[in-house]
Formats: sequence, structure tokens, C-alpha cells
Amino acid sequence: MNHLDKLEAQSVYILREAYREFKNLCMLWSIGKDSTVLLWLARKAFFGHVPIPLVHIDTHFKIPEMISYRDDLALKWRLTMIYGENTGALKEKKTFPDGKADRLTCCQALKSEALKNTLSGEWPRFVMDHEKKEYVKDSKQEKYTGVIVGVRADEEGSRSKERYFSPRDKENDWDVGDQPPEFWNQFKTDFAPGTHVRIHPLLDWTELNIWEYIEREDIPITSLYFDHGDGKRYRSLGCYPCTSPVESTAKNVKEIIEELRSGKFANIAERSGRAQDKDDGGGLETLRKGGYM
Amino acid sequence: MEAREQMNIVIVGHVDHGKSTVIGRLLADTGSLPEGKLESVKEYCKKNSKPFEYAFLLDALKDEQAQGITIDTARCFFKTRKRDYIIIDAPGHIEFLKNMVTGASRAEAALLVIDAKEGIQENSKRHGHIVSMLGIKQVVVLVNKMDIVDFDRDVFCRIKAEFTEFLGKINIQPLEFIPISAFHGDNIAQKSDNTIWYDGLTVLEQLDAFKNKKSIAEQVFRMPVQDIYKFTKEGDTRRIVAGTITGGSISRGDEVIFLPSHKKSVVESIEGFNVSTRDTAYADEAIGVTLNTQIYIKPGELMVKANEKLPFVSSRFKANVFWVGKSPLTKNRNYKLKIGTMRVGVKLVEVLSIIDAAELNVNTFKDQVERHDVSECIFETLKPVAFDLISEFEQSARFVIVDNYDISGGGIILESLPDIENSLKEHIRKREFLWEKSLITQEQRKEVYGHKSKFIVLTSGSDSAQNIIQDIGRGLEKRLFEMKYKAYYLGVSSLASGLAEEASIELESRYEYIRQIGELARIFTDSGQILITSVYNIDDYEAELLKLLNQPNDILIINIEESPFVNFVPDASIKIDNAVDAVCSILAKQSIILDYYI
Repeated sequence: MNHLDKLEAQSVYILREAYREFKNLCMLWSIGKDSTVLLWLARKAFFGHVPIPLVHIDTHFKIPEMISYRDDLALKWRLTMIYGENTGALKEKKTFPDGKADRLTCCQALKSEALKNTLSGEWPRFVMDHEKKEYVKDSKQEKYTGVIVGVRADEEGSRSKERYFSPRDKENDWDVGDQPPEFWNQFKTDFAPGTHVRIHPLLDWTELNIWEYIEREDIPITSLYFDHGDGKRYRSLGCYPCTSPVESTAKNVKEIIEELRSGKFANIAERSGRAQDKDDGGGLETLRKGGYM
Repeated sequence: MEAREQMNIVIVGHVDHGKSTVIGRLLADTGSLPEGKLESVKEYCKKNSKPFEYAFLLDALKDEQAQGITIDTARCFFKTRKRDYIIIDAPGHIEFLKNMVTGASRAEAALLVIDAKEGIQENSKRHGHIVSMLGIKQVVVLVNKMDIVDFDRDVFCRIKAEFTEFLGKINIQPLEFIPISAFHGDNIAQKSDNTIWYDGLTVLEQLDAFKNKKSIAEQVFRMPVQDIYKFTKEGDTRRIVAGTITGGSISRGDEVIFLPSHKKSVVESIEGFNVSTRDTAYADEAIGVTLNTQIYIKPGELMVKANEKLPFVSSRFKANVFWVGKSPLTKNRNYKLKIGTMRVGVKLVEVLSIIDAAELNVNTFKDQVERHDVSECIFETLKPVAFDLISEFEQSARFVIVDNYDISGGGIILESLPDIENSLKEHIRKREFLWEKSLITQEQRKEVYGHKSKFIVLTSGSDSAQNIIQDIGRGLEKRLFEMKYKAYYLGVSSLASGLAEEASIELESRYEYIRQIGELARIFTDSGQILITSVYNIDDYEAELLKLLNQPNDILIINIEESPFVNFVPDASIKIDNAVDAVCSILAKQSIILDYYI
């Protein structure tokens, strides 16, 4: 087995463990490369099927191409595709930079708040109707007790401390100091009423592993990651006001891998194009405690 | 490009002995730091007027920087020319021992750091002990802060001698002791001029000298069944037994046994998604197989090959446990055992000895296992489980114990114990001893009621009969009632939301329902009535359990259509058609009821 086989096997094991243990399980799909690899791993784990609903938080500031890519794959792979949003904040323009909010506040409202209330079922959810090929209001309002997320330990400090199965309490809080132990391949799959668990099958993957795997499996990925001739491409995807492309001429997966292995990005942090990380020293940590992924 | 080898290494040791500094230095000296990271840490130090330390690189969290200690395992990625490493930084503070365990149980090798000035401390030993228990064989000791003791060879040799002796007692033979100064970089990436008396490897050379776990493909085949999938979307008809192979290999055509149910079948195909068809799968692969017969097995069973050494199947075993739970491990409380993919209720039966992890003193007087204790104990599971011994095949000899939603301890099985004298039999003996005998005999009841008492269990192994057996059970109740017999049908779902409701949060709820039905049957049959129940897919063990619980009264186990049993012989096997009549005939033949005419 090579390193990708090992990573794949461990992620599949974790996904199957989650599917077995959690009645109300969902998987967050940000449309980015990591959670798309995660979606692919679910197809691996369940032999071509995806028996877990996919949840996307639509901030309405996403690069438009991301949304059409999302819906294309949802229809093609017959996914149970669900999205949620913070309708209130969008209406009142509590957004950045066009509204009355700074970056962190905007992130908190459109992502953290929306995510929290979408997962709990308190705010409406919209689900893809495969007959009509459009979204309809989801009649199911159950709270998701297991949430699969594609974070990687190498992304930044706080993520390197995550567990594969990481409990969050009633207030969505993450108690970094008192996390449950994981012995061998046994994870925390029992949880008290009111709490929920975040599941992180990609924890041991690096950015390079993700691209190597995309190449090996030929996973369809949004073309925003590639240079289309202007010498720019996205390395990490988010909302357009806060995510800027990086200078790069990588036009395909192969060239991206080369760039990460030995080229210009070998030693530059991936999230360097994400503005909200820089606003305070532990910006992402603050967001993560509030439920940000 | 050829795939690179990868290895997980854990770094352990007493608090403040310099684990984080070693890692920080390794990252810096191998050029593995992302550009942003070093700058942000330097910036942080400048802002807080602290001198820069390598350890800060890892203390990425705000909480942690405030306390100045590593509280959780953090993973760092770095590479040498030989391979890619994930270095797991385990906290040295006693409070965070469970985090240390988490880190260490994923590692193939361990670096144990000891401060040259402070010498061997409590957690140096404790961590050594845990590393041993977790099964990490490759251990290297780094004697750090050698600069503070002027690179004194005697200090180094003293620590080496003393610690070698300790580790020997817990079956660890360290590969090497390396004198280092992590802060100044001595013997980390480069050989130090300060220790000319040392002619061993540098830390970096040592890492590359570690060997990746030998192929477990040559061992016997083991695959804990994680789940059974039948996704019917888009016409998929496969019934797939899914799991990760923990040892050995499996091929199409191999005969397999599932334990503890003892069900047998033959592998029809090896399934996967976006892979080419293949005939054999090997250790560490997460696969799925289809079988050539439709046997009913449950997640949690251990799939093994029929022609290889079988694991043990028992409900009693001797084990070493390491406890990290908030409350102590005590006798006669119900816990959940997780071994492989099996979850089952478990009780601590006996504490044989408590081993002080730091001093290795043995205390045989304690009756419970407290936090951070290592103890040799006897456990008993609610029903038999399949396992191996740690000396033979460690993957299926490891378990964890869940107390109140949390994993609270980990253990390794040392010995399988015979299951005859288990607490179930003890319970029945006690129950019968304390039973308040009625003044009315069974004979008298029979005379008045016109029939004998009986516990009738209907079961089936056919997929299609799942709901039908309930209908037959109710039909039988009605027929007997119309004949003026005292019969009562009790369904599993009536129990699930009633008497056994509390058990429903447990995964072992099925066991709990069956146990309750058995206990109730004892009461119903004692009162002279006929109790009927239907339980889909009873296995051998469950049938024996019902029989045992209903003692001393009579039971009748009737199988409808395909049998769910492996060795157990039911009292009768009948077809769905005219099943009620068939049961009545059996009852008449056994003189439980009067003659029955169709």
C-alpha cells in the first residue's frame, strides 16, 4: 500500500464508523477540493452510493461558478443536496464589504450562524428535487447529531489539535483542553443528548495528498483552481470579497502537484489568500469555537 | 513519481523536558516550516516581549500559549529525504495523559525525552509504560538539555543505565539513547562537536532508521465487520459485508466464518468503487465482500478464514487496562466494551493487581481502578465476543471501555478464560434460590386451566419472514385464546418502549430485549400460561440464553422457513403456510394442549 492507499483506507473506515453510529448524519460540502475529495471517499466507502445528505452553507457571496458546479454534481451523482443560509443577515446587509459588518462579523453571520441553525434544523433547509431539478424547502427538520467535515490538520494550528471524532457541547463549544481520548482505531461514538459530534476523516491528509488523490482518482474539481491564462488561480476557495487568487500558472492538477512538491508553494501556507485569518492572531480559532469549520 | 513512505512518530516525556523544542528544531532544521508560520510566531514573541522559542511554533492555540504547556496532541508534518513524517507532540502534564495516549496509539515509533538536569521523572516512566502497553516497539530516548550539564558524559551514562533498567522491566529495549540540546541543535540534524564521546546517530538519522511496521499481510486473516450494506438505488442488488482487513489476506472462493455467531459462507466477490476487479485483498485495505449464501450476520462480528487459526470466543478474559476515566472503574457496573467493531456490555469482575505505572509497585489490595492506573483485571461481557491474545495477534486483542459516553480506558487481552461459570448462570441460581414458591403446583394449574404452561419462541432466518413471524405469533395467540386457553403474545417492540426502554439507548438493546423476554417468560410460565413471542434471526447464543432464563420451565423454539441457527437444533422447523395449525399440532403432540383437529 502506498501513502494514498493508507490515507484512503483510514478515511473510509472513519466514514463507515460515522454512518453506522449516527442516525442523523450529514456531510458538509464547501465545494472546495477537500470536501469534494471527502465526497469521493464517501462513494468509496459506500460502493458508489452516498447515503449521507450533503449540506452546503450558501453565503451568496460564493464565486458563482462554485454553485453551478455544486448543482451539476448533485444531479449527476444523485446526491441528497441541502443548502442553508442566513436570510436575515443577507436582507439586513450585515455583510462585508457592501454592508455594515467587518470581515469577522460577516463570516460569523453568514457562515457560523447559518451553519449552526441549519444543522440544528431551526432555520429552513432547501433540498434538491431531482425530478424538478431545483431546490425545494426541506420538510425534514431533524437536528444533525453527526457532522462530517473535511478539515485537515496541516491547515493551521487549531486544526492540528482536532480529533477524528470531536464532540461539541450544547453551545457548539469545542473544549480543546478536555478532548476525549482515541485509542488505536476506537473513537468517541457515544454522546450525551444535546451534544453533537464533528467527524474529521481528512485529518491526516496534507494539501499535496489531496491533489495527488484528485489526480489518481480523476475526481472532477471546479476549474477555479486552475489558471486560465491570466497567471492567476485560486488555491483555496471562499467568498469572493475575502478570497483572492494567487499568482500561479498551474493549468491542471499535474502542474498544481508540481508546484506544491517543489515549486513556489512548497513552503507557503495554503490559507495565505484568506483574509479573515489575519484580522486577529487566532482569528480562525475564535471562529472555530463558534462553530466555523 | 514513486509514492513516498510515511510514518507516524510520537514524542513523549515529562512536562518541560523539551518535547516541543525538539519538534520545533526538527521542523526548522529540515526546512519544513511553512513561511507564514515562523513569521507569525516570531511576531507573537516580539509583541509579547518573549524570547523566541521553537516550542512556540507548536503552541499554536491561544489557550495554550497562555499556559505555556502542550495540552493536546498536535500533529506536525515534515519530511526527510527518506520519507514523510507526522510527528505527534504528546503533552507531558499528567492531567493530559489521555491526550498523550491518543497521540501515542497512532505511532509506529516513540521518542522519549528526558531532561539531563532533572533526570528521570514520574512521567518519563509512566509514558514509557504506556508506550509499552500500546504496543510501540521502537523506542529511542533523547537526553535533552545536555548544554545545561556541560555535555557531561557521566550524567548521560547515569540516566542511560537507570532508564534502561526501568524500561527492561516493562519489555522495552530502547534502540538508542541520544545526548542532545534541542535548543542549540546538538545532535538533532547535525552531529555535535560538544559530544565527541557519542558515536551514535543524530535524531534525524535515527528517525530514518526506524522501520515501518512489517507487513501484516502474512498473518492470519481478520476483518471486523463494520457494517452490512444493501443500497438499492439504481438497481444495485449487492449485499456487501464491509470492513477493514486488520491482518492477512482474503480471496474469492475462500471459506469464511463469522464470530461469535459461527456462521459460514464463501467469498463471492471483492467489492470496491473506482477500482479494477480483483481476486484478493490484503491487510489495511478497507473493502467489502459479497458472499455466495444469504446468511444473516450483524455488524461487529469478526470475519476469519475457516482454514486458519481461529480466534477465541468467550465472555470472560484477563486483560491489562489503562484507565483515564473521570470516575474509577468499579465492579458490578455496566460499561460498554468496544473491540474491533463489536460493541457489547461488559463488567469488571475482579481486580487482580494494580501496577503503579511510574514505580511498577504492585498493589493487590485495591478493589477498583483509578484514573491513570494500569491494572490487571478479569472482565466479563454480556455475551461471548471473538478476540485474539496480545501475544499472538495484537490488532484483535485491543479494546476500549466506554463509561458514560466517553472512552475511559484501553486494554489488551492477555488470556481467554472459560465461560462456564459466568454471572448469568450465577444470576439464575440466585433467582431460583430466592423465588417464592407458590402453594399451587403446576399440576393443579394444569387441571384448572386445561393445558400445560409453555414458552413458545417463533423465529426465522428468511429475509421475507421478518414481519410474518409476528403475524403468526398473534394468530397463534388468537387461536389458542378462542380455544379458551390462557395464551399471551408479547412482541419485542412492546418491550422496547416499555420495560426495556432504558436499554434502548444502549447499542446492546437487542440483548437486553431478549434477556427481558426470558425473565418475563419465567414468570408467565410459572403462572401456568402459554407465552408466545417472535424474534427474527435468533442466533445460537440467544436461543440458549432464552432457554436458560426460562428455567426451570419449558420452552419450545420453532423455526419458520430458513433456519437462523448454526449448531442449535430448534424443537421444530415449519413452513409459513398453515404455520398456526402446525404449531398447534406440535402442542397437542406434546400434550401441552388437548387434542387439536384442523
